[in-house]
Amino acid sequence: MIDRRSEEYKKRSGDRMARRYRADRRFRLYGQAALVFGALALCILMVSIFSSGYTAFFRTQVALDVELDPDVLGVAAAEQEHLSLEQADYYTVVNRAIYNAIPGELERSDRKLAKGLISNGASVELREMVLENPALVGRTVKVNFTASSDLDQLHKGNVPRDVEEGLRRINDKQLAWYDRWVQEGRVSSTFNWNFFTSGDSRNPEMAGIGGAITGSIFTLLCFVLSFPVGVAAAVYLEEFAPKNKWTDMIEVNINNLAAVPSIIFGLLGLAILLNVFNMPRGTPVVGGMVLALMTLPTIIIACRASLKAVPPSIRQGALAMGASPMQVTLHHVLPLALPGTLTGTIIGLSQALGETAPLLMIGMVAFIVDIPGGVTDPSAVLPVQIYLWAESAERGFVEKTSAAIMIILAFLVTMNLFAIYLRQRFERRW
Amino acid sequence: MENQDKVKQMNGSGVKPGLAAEPTMRAQGKSEKVRDVAPADHRTPKAKSRGVNVYYGAKQALFSIDLDIFENEVTALIGPSGCGKSTFLRCLNRMNDVIDICRVEGKIEIDGDDIYSSGLDVVQLRERVGMVFQKPNPFPKSIYDNIAYGPRIHGLAEGKADMDEIVETSLTKAGLWNEVKERLHDPGTGLSGGQQQRLCIARAISVSPEVILMDEPCSALDPIATAHIEDLMFELKENYTIVIVTHSMQQAARVSQRTGFFHLGELVEVGKTEQIFQNPVDQRTQDYITGRFG
Ligand SMILES: Nc1ncnc2c1ncn2[C@@H]1O[C@H](COP(=O)(O)OP(=O)(O)OP(=O)(O)O)[C@@H](O)[C@H]1O
Ligand SMILES: [Mg+2]
Repeated sequence: MIDRRSEEYKKRSGDRMARRYRADRRFRLYGQAALVFGALALCILMVSIFSSGYTAFFRTQVALDVELDPDVLGVAAAEQEHLSLEQADYYTVVNRAIYNAIPGELERSDRKLAKGLISNGASVELREMVLENPALVGRTVKVNFTASSDLDQLHKGNVPRDVEEGLRRINDKQLAWYDRWVQEGRVSSTFNWNFFTSGDSRNPEMAGIGGAITGSIFTLLCFVLSFPVGVAAAVYLEEFAPKNKWTDMIEVNINNLAAVPSIIFGLLGLAILLNVFNMPRGTPVVGGMVLALMTLPTIIIACRASLKAVPPSIRQGALAMGASPMQVTLHHVLPLALPGTLTGTIIGLSQALGETAPLLMIGMVAFIVDIPGGVTDPSAVLPVQIYLWAESAERGFVEKTSAAIMIILAFLVTMNLFAIYLRQRFERRW
Repeated sequence: MENQDKVKQMNGSGVKPGLAAEPTMRAQGKSEKVRDVAPADHRTPKAKSRGVNVYYGAKQALFSIDLDIFENEVTALIGPSGCGKSTFLRCLNRMNDVIDICRVEGKIEIDGDDIYSSGLDVVQLRERVGMVFQKPNPFPKSIYDNIAYGPRIHGLAEGKADMDEIVETSLTKAGLWNEVKERLHDPGTGLSGGQQQRLCIARAISVSPEVILMDEPCSALDPIATAHIEDLMFELKENYTIVIVTHSMQQAARVSQRTGFFHLGELVEVGKTEQIFQNPVDQRTQDYITGRFG
C-alpha cells in the first residue's frame, strides 16, 4: 500500500513532477528550435535571392539624340518605303548617335569602347520604334536605348567602380563618359518589362524569361494529361478492382514508381518518345508527357487516399438506394474525393514545374531565343532556364538567375496556396 | 387499434416473466427448426426465405434460415450481438453482394420472385427493398438532393414539379417536412442525429419501396428521437412492409407484430410478438428475453 500522505512519497512525486515538467519544456524547446532553424534557413535563402535578383526587374537605359537621316538609313531613294524601312541601316544611325553623345573626335578604338556602353540590341529597338511610327524618319528624336550589360551592372552598383582598371569590364575612359552622361541626365532606370516578354539572349541585358514561362505553361498543359489517367487508375484500383495478388503487386509498384529518380523518366522519354515515336526533341509535348509519367504515381496515391477517406456508409447508402457501382462512384464518392485529388495534383504540378533533370534528357536544354508558339515548338522551361543562366559567366546573368528563381517560387507559392484554398474550401468532415 | 392496445400493454415492463416462465411447448433440440408457430397465419408472405445459409469466407454466419415476412407488418429481428441479424437483413436487398468474401445459399423470394436468380437486376431489387442503416448516413448534399437522388436515378419523376412533390411527400411521411421545409437546400449533414435518421427514412421511401429494412435505426438516437421514429414505423407499416433489427426488447415489443429470435446464426424462434415475449417456445428465447444472456 502506498502511503500518499508520507513525506517520502510527497518528495518523490514532487521530484518526478519537476522532472516531467522539465522534460515537457525541453521537448517544446526542441520543436521551437527546429522551427526557428527552418525559418532562418528560409529567410537567408529568400534574402540572398531577393537581394541579388531584384535589380533584374529594372533596366538601365541611356537617352541618345538620334538623327533619323533618310540618307544614312538608306531609305531616301526607295519606292516601297515600308519594305526598305524594315531593312534600313539602323546600326549606323545608332552608332552615330552614340558618338554624338560623346564630346570631341573619337579614335577608332574609342568608338569601339563607346559602342560597348549601349546594348547590341539598340538597333533592333530603334527599328521597332520607326516601324511603329514611320513619320519619325527625317527627324531628330531622343530615344532611350537599353544600356549594355556592363554599364547596366555598373549603374546598378552590382560591380564596384573604385577598383583597379584592369579588374573592371568598364575602363576609365568609359567610366568618364558614363559619369558625363549621368550628369547630363541621360542615364535612367525603368521597370524591365522586357524581362517578362522576351526570350533568351546571349546578351544579358536583352535576355528575358518570357520564353521559359511560355514553355513551362505549355509543358504543364501537356502534363494535365496525367490527371484523368491518374484518377481513372485510382478509381479502378480503389473501387472496382478485385483484391488479389495482381492488384497488390500493382499497388506496390505504384508506390515504388513514386520513388524512382526523375532522370530515369527522362531516359524513358528519350528512349521511347524521341527514339521510337520520333517526337520532336526538346518540345513541351514531350516534356509534358515525361513529367506526366513522373507525377502519375503522386496523383494516383493522392486520389486513392482521398477515396479511402470517403466513409463506407456513403457508399452503402447509395448502393441501398439502388445506385449502380458506377453511379455510386460518379455521384457520391468521386466528388467527395476530388478536392483531395486536386490538392495532390497541384502538388504534383508544382513538383513537375520545378523538375529539371528529365527535361535535360529529352533535349529541353537548348538555347532558344524565340517564344514558343505551340506545344510542338522547341522551348525552354523555367528550371532549365535557371540552369542555363546559372552556368553563364557574365555578371548580368547572375541577377537574371535570381530573378528567374523568384518567378518560379512565385508560381510555386501561388499553386500551393491554391491547393490549400481548395482543401479548405471543399474538404468535408464527417 | 388492437395494435395500439398491445403496445400500451407491452410498454411498461416489456416482458412478463410470469407468463414467460411457463412455456407452452417444450424447449426444442438445437437442430430442429421452429416454423411459424402461429397457426392462424395462412396469408401469403411478402418475402420468404428458405434454407438460407450465409458464409463469410469459410465461416458460416447463418444456418438454414426459414423466415416469412408479411405485408403491412413490422417484423423485428432480435438476438445477441453477432448472431447474424444484420447479415440476414442484408440478404434481403443483396447488400451482401458488395462483401467479397460473402456467399449466400438458399432461396429468398419477394412476391414470388427469387431475388438471387440471375435474371433479377439488383438495382431494381433495391428500388423495391429500401434500407435504413444503424448510423444515419445522409449524403453530403442538400436535404432536397438527398431525397431526390433515388427518384432521379430510377427515373421516377417527370419534371421539377413532380420531383418537388416526391420530396415533400417523402419528408411528410417521415415526419420531417415541417422541420426542414424552410431549408431544403441546406446540407443534410447539418441536421441533428434524429432528424438525419428520419431524412434517411424519407430517402428510403422516396422510391416507394415495398419493403423497408432497418438495421438498428435508433441505436444512435436519444429516447425522444427514438420515440419519433417508432411512431413513424407505426404509420409506415400501413403502406410498407418493415423489417427491423433491434437490440431493444422493448422496442421490438412496441413496434413489431412478429418477432424472430436469432442465436448463433440460427433462427431459433419466430412468431407473433406477443407470443414470443409472453410465451416463448424455446428455452434460449426465454433466457434471452428475460435477460439471462446476450
Ligand atoms: N463483412 C464481414 N466479414 C466477415 N465476417 C462478418 C462480416 N460481417 C459479419 N460477419 C460475421 O458474421 C456474424 C454475424 O454478423 P452480423 O453483423 O450479422 O451480426 P449481428 O447480429 O448484426 O450483430 P450486432 O447485433 O452486433 O449488429 C458475426 O460473427 C460476424 O463476425
Ligand atoms: Mg448488426
